[in-house]
Amino acid sequence: MNAIHWPLLSLVIWLPIFVGGALLFLAEARAGLARTIALTAAIAALALTLVAVSGFDSTTAVMQFVEKTVWIEAFSIHYHLGVDGLSLPLIVLTALITVLVVIAGWGIKDRAGQYMGAFLILSGLMTGMFAALDAMLFYVFFEAMLVPMFLIIGIWGGPNRIVATVKFFLFTFFGSVFMLIGLIWLYLQSGSFALADWHAMPLSLNAQIWIFLAFLIAFAVKIPMWPVHTWLPDAHVEAPTGGSVVLAAVMLKIGGYGLVRFSLPIAPDGAAALDWLVIGLSLVAIVYIGFVALAQKDMKKLIAYSSISHMGFVTLGLFLSFAILRNTDSLDGAVLGLSGAMVQMISHGFISGAMFLAVGVLYDRVHSRDISAYGGVANTMPWFAMFAVLFFMANSGLPGTSGFVGEFMVILAAFKANFWFAFFAAMTLILGASYSLWLVKRVFYGEIANDTVAALSDLNAREWITLTILALLTLGLGIWPYPLIEMMDASVVALVDHITTTKIN
Amino acid sequence: MSLNELHLALPEILIATMACVVLIADLFVTEQRRGLTHTLAILTLVFAAIVTMRLMMAPGEVATAFAETFVRDRFSDVLKLFAYLTLAMAFVYAKHFLRSAGLFKGEFYALSLFALLGVMIMISAGSMLTLYLGLELLALSSYSLVALDRDSELGSEAGMKYFVLGSLASGILLYGISLIYGATGSLQLSTIATALISGGVSDSLMLSFGLAFVVVGISFKLGAVPFHMWLPDVYQGAPAGVTLLISSLPKLGYLALAIRLLADGLGGLHADWKMMLAVIAAASMVLGNVVAIAQSNFKRMLAYSTISHVGFILLGILAGSAAGYAAAMFYTIVYALMSSGAFAVMILLSRDGVEAENIDDFKGLGRRSPWYALMMLMIMFSLAGVPVFVGFFAKWQVIAAAIDAGFMWLSILAVLTAVIGAFYYLRIVKLMYFDEPETAAPIQAPIDFRAVLTVNGLAMLGLGVFSGGLIGVCVNAFGG
Repeated sequence: MNAIHWPLLSLVIWLPIFVGGALLFLAEARAGLARTIALTAAIAALALTLVAVSGFDSTTAVMQFVEKTVWIEAFSIHYHLGVDGLSLPLIVLTALITVLVVIAGWGIKDRAGQYMGAFLILSGLMTGMFAALDAMLFYVFFEAMLVPMFLIIGIWGGPNRIVATVKFFLFTFFGSVFMLIGLIWLYLQSGSFALADWHAMPLSLNAQIWIFLAFLIAFAVKIPMWPVHTWLPDAHVEAPTGGSVVLAAVMLKIGGYGLVRFSLPIAPDGAAALDWLVIGLSLVAIVYIGFVALAQKDMKKLIAYSSISHMGFVTLGLFLSFAILRNTDSLDGAVLGLSGAMVQMISHGFISGAMFLAVGVLYDRVHSRDISAYGGVANTMPWFAMFAVLFFMANSGLPGTSGFVGEFMVILAAFKANFWFAFFAAMTLILGASYSLWLVKRVFYGEIANDTVAALSDLNAREWITLTILALLTLGLGIWPYPLIEMMDASVVALVDHITTTKIN
Repeated sequence: MSLNELHLALPEILIATMACVVLIADLFVTEQRRGLTHTLAILTLVFAAIVTMRLMMAPGEVATAFAETFVRDRFSDVLKLFAYLTLAMAFVYAKHFLRSAGLFKGEFYALSLFALLGVMIMISAGSMLTLYLGLELLALSSYSLVALDRDSELGSEAGMKYFVLGSLASGILLYGISLIYGATGSLQLSTIATALISGGVSDSLMLSFGLAFVVVGISFKLGAVPFHMWLPDVYQGAPAGVTLLISSLPKLGYLALAIRLLADGLGGLHADWKMMLAVIAAASMVLGNVVAIAQSNFKRMLAYSTISHVGFILLGILAGSAAGYAAAMFYTIVYALMSSGAFAVMILLSRDGVEAENIDDFKGLGRRSPWYALMMLMIMFSLAGVPVFVGFFAKWQVIAAAIDAGFMWLSILAVLTAVIGAFYYLRIVKLMYFDEPETAAPIQAPIDFRAVLTVNGLAMLGLGVFSGGLIGVCVNAFGG
């Protein structure tokens, strides 16, 4: 089934890292060359992921394109890679977003080579994390990606960048050390760092609850879930456009992916015992953070809060399964919720990335993120307004866009679990529409607010490319989500089967 | 004494002879040609490394000499090789600094080689007396090295302080040794170990007192809380080149001191000393990492950082398992490399003998010298324990050993202090990359300095990505 024998995943990981590492040392004057090299490498990596998609067999849940060699013999740690229906879409998303970020960063003047290099390294590390099947390998990628992001926000960010980036680093570092303890404990129990072994290993309920909590801290910070979300608005506001895009589109998904790959399968009974906690926090994120978003004056902050609220849907969808199974005998509802969460992750990757790019377009021209600095932008930038309105509508869950698909699936699943879950989850349709559309009204419509807005010029070629790609994907996924759902289906079903079987020995 | 016994101690004999040769040869070398002394010292180390490698013990193999007061095993040989490496790096780094500070004297090399000899004797000690002998040789050489700049008030003060407190610590250790001797009737570590297992202890109260004194003595030497007071002052007062040396090489010796005494000799009392070490380790990690945040002097910051790292090293030792000792050894070796590198970058920033002690001196290094800033970045992230840098692999191994030994609370405390510690390492990265330079002065250093610093910095990444190699070496050292 798998005709490709060369190490495809390793190439997708290491090509950007090596090219990025080389770019760090390119002389400051060779910015043009750096951009070209970076774009070539990013497109090459994307092409390689598409090769993987074309060779991917979606009828099975087993890992594909597997590579395995010994890494640290004394602790039986392996360099073990592979993808299934859950990780492959996220890897493609990562590669795609990297291409867009490189294009969007074309105008960076300060240390352009290092900027591009940092993003390429970051993309390689994120891919590695999604493809890792060895827990220590996963953790190394998971943590290592903090370094380039720390530098990206700190060097190319806004005026308060230092506080924001240190906060970002320490929050995430804090969360992940608990996971490290959990990983070591699991290793001492099983004598292996292989995820497959851990998935199969029976554990007492008590142990599962502790493991679940240790992992939850790490992933909750990354997602981020309320109440450990406070680093995100700061990081988003201060990060350069590219940084915000990667942060929102890919990095937030790492937490969700971690829950799917680690928490649920390793500690399913722990997850079942504590699902009320995650569901509760998700609903708080959806409703409360939705209201917080409504009150924002800064566009990036508004999108950041909107991201937290939307990621609440992901965590909700992931943890509905247990409640559904208590109510019904059928696994269909659980599959629906999990698929919805996964679709929501991909869709949010497109939409949030696009919204940050759109804010970047305005910021490059006006150098302000304040909503009040704008008004009537649609008069001077009609094409841009078309894209922006599409993305903000998609963000509020407009049918026909990708934003609708995931939310709808999760709400549908929520009804099977509990009416009130669904009720609160559905409030996002109102809240999301409120803050998104209100922003659109204040920024794009109405009279031209001031002379700066009157002097705005419409999109340039680069902005056209990036926004068009994302618009097509948002609409494509919204109108015909079947290929994505089908790609994930076997893996989701296998996961639901796994987590609904008790591991208590 | 047979010739074969001397053969076992060939590296020590070589270093002892060469230390004297360097001392004498230097008398005939003019000020301009002092580089010869440097070259001779480096060649000595290279030669010693070759000899040690030729005589290398296989994993699990043990040989003793001089009525079992001298032990050669895989652990001793590997640790000695890293001691040569650490000292050779220190020589290259220090030369650049000593030259510009007008301290480029032959004594530095002779004293350093004697210090190395002390470290080697500790590493190979089979009896408590040999241990003490090596310890004192190292200590006396270090006191003089700290006071190398005799016109510096701070340096003399630091030397004096180090001498007084160090002597006190040696005294305490010696007292503990004498109590253990009284209780077990032997100075031989292997005999003590047997006595503990077979119940040949005359007075267990005396033994407990002896153990307590020994643990205090070791903690004093390592600079673990609450016996750490001397460390920041000595680091700050010593000339940068010497600080670099005493922050790296002696740690290898003290590791051996702890493992030889506690594991080889008093292994039977593991249940007693593990709790003592746990408290000391916890206090060191917390105090070191918290107080380091408040430092604006780079040397003091790294001194407190050392204290916290010592806590992590103790974490491995207190596990009391082969994996724990291997983890502690890995950590110590890696720490010596990280610490050397960090001080080397500080020396790189120093100009005309004025030390770049203030952390603000790192401002804008990312613009002034992207390459060395990157090296420092890797060293800092490695010290903070961020993967994929080698410091992470050191941290998780000692934590794994501690969890395996049932110290879950200590492990959680350890990772939390690591998060606190990350803050001040990040601050250096922030100064280098996010702030603008205050001076445009070019960064100058001889080619050997640059080459070694580059290798040292890249090793943070290389040893991390290919950490299996060094981990395997350390596990092998304990017969695993």
